[in-house]
Amino acid sequence: MTEILARALGASRRYGDVVALDNVDLDVPAGSMIGLLGPNGAGKSTLLNLLVGLRRPTSGSVELFGGPPLDASRRQGLGMTPQQTGLPPTLRVNEVVDFVAAHYPDPMPVDEVLAQFGLSDKARKQTGALSGGQQRRLAVALAFVGRPRLAVLDEPTTGLDVGARRTLWDAIRTFHADGGTVLLTSHYLEEIEALAQRVVVLGGGKVLADGSVAEIRGQLARSTVSFRADSPDISKLNALPGAVAYRRDGERHVLQAADADELVRQLVISGMEFHDLEVRAASLEEAFLALTTTEKTGATR
Amino acid sequence: MNLALVYARYQILENIRVPIAVISSAMFPALSLLFFVVPFDYAQEPTSATTAVAQLTVFSVMSSMLFTYGIGIAEERERSWDPYLRTLPAGAQPRIAGRFATGAVFMLLGLVPLLLVGAFGTAATITPTRLLLGIGSLLIAALPFLFGGLAIGYSLSAKTALPVVQIVFFPLAFAGGLLLPPAIFPSWLDTFSLVLPSRGARELVVWASVGTEPNMLALLVFALWIVATAGLAVWAYRRDEGQRFR
Repeated sequence: MTEILARALGASRRYGDVVALDNVDLDVPAGSMIGLLGPNGAGKSTLLNLLVGLRRPTSGSVELFGGPPLDASRRQGLGMTPQQTGLPPTLRVNEVVDFVAAHYPDPMPVDEVLAQFGLSDKARKQTGALSGGQQRRLAVALAFVGRPRLAVLDEPTTGLDVGARRTLWDAIRTFHADGGTVLLTSHYLEEIEALAQRVVVLGGGKVLADGSVAEIRGQLARSTVSFRADSPDISKLNALPGAVAYRRDGERHVLQAADADELVRQLVISGMEFHDLEVRAASLEEAFLALTTTEKTGATR
Repeated sequence: MNLALVYARYQILENIRVPIAVISSAMFPALSLLFFVVPFDYAQEPTSATTAVAQLTVFSVMSSMLFTYGIGIAEERERSWDPYLRTLPAGAQPRIAGRFATGAVFMLLGLVPLLLVGAFGTAATITPTRLLLGIGSLLIAALPFLFGGLAIGYSLSAKTALPVVQIVFFPLAFAGGLLLPPAIFPSWLDTFSLVLPSRGARELVVWASVGTEPNMLALLVFALWIVATAGLAVWAYRRDEGQRFR
């Protein structure tokens, strides 16, 4: 059986009255590359914070390398990314890497780390003097300094241009190809697709979907059909076969469907009056909205 | 290398590269001595000159404690670097030990120029025994400001901590007799002064280094301040842990 490096079992986390994470189960097997996907406030960061020991679950339990993540020795095999705004501004790039390396028994040599992340010529610069993209790369590099078994990357490429993003993706892929395990979050569907083998979709603190990239894409690949109508029958719209979500956007009526062609055919057959028809691929956000709405009404996905 | 030393090394590096921090902690007490004591007559009278230097060492220590801990910790808590450090495979001990080492280094950095100006610019003299006693008493004198700094750092935002430290600092220094000796205070100020932690700290250090009989009430109140600020520091630390990491 594959070793489980990190695990959440029925983990819930409340902040006052707000439930940030609601009874979440997650296994991170050795060698996997898992993408956590979800809109802001979905509970991604909370879940990561529980797994790396920054927060305790209100109920349920979390494990890191088979023990409590709050135990410092359990974090020996963990590498994490700080948020870029947090690098100590007066320390030099090589000093920050050295400092992190001092925590691990067999760290990567500083030069190697900097070369891999395209920062070799910045070694003597203070981190406060780096551009936003360079800071981001340094922050991600820190996750790999200690040759971790599990790298936890919270939005690794937010704010990077396309070239820098590719460089980081390559570094993450190399780490994974060498046997490393990766748990990453992202706002970008594209990034998750490019990197992750398995995708976990969070929404409203719950796991909405968990499967291979292809499976999740199938669930998320939705189209939006919108039109104007003078006196539409909303209940009839909702009952259209294939329509998974309905909302009103100003004067437009917006429907989501997995198969837009079929939905349009059904719309015509229903005999309902409409004009200004528009069909386009649903954005990731719309897909999430659809996923969360069906979750709330208890309908099957 | 020992992890606590690593933490101390990088914290010192971080702080020392902010010139204003170095200037304020290293130069301010020495400059005070230079401008407020050296030009006047009593700088040439050994007892009053030594007393003046002793008072200013308390001033210097109070300043490094309140600024390194009060403002330093408040700023650190707001950066996401701090939670990141908690994900590294190290417990809280090396970080805390490193922080105390940093405080001690900045304390020394403030004392050395002051003692040099005192030794060469005034008639202040001290025997080796009194010097040791003085240093020992200074470590105790630092406690309420260390704890007070921790309490401020762990309970206030950086934006609030800075004015609070500044507002607390000068009245404490002046009314506690760290700039001018309490002997020349009007009697109401002398009485008020007795309840301040800075006055007790001064009495203790002057007693140890010069031998002047201390005001016992001030020492008693000082001991209470240590207990009270320690309690506040523990409360603030736990509250912060609870808010950010529970």
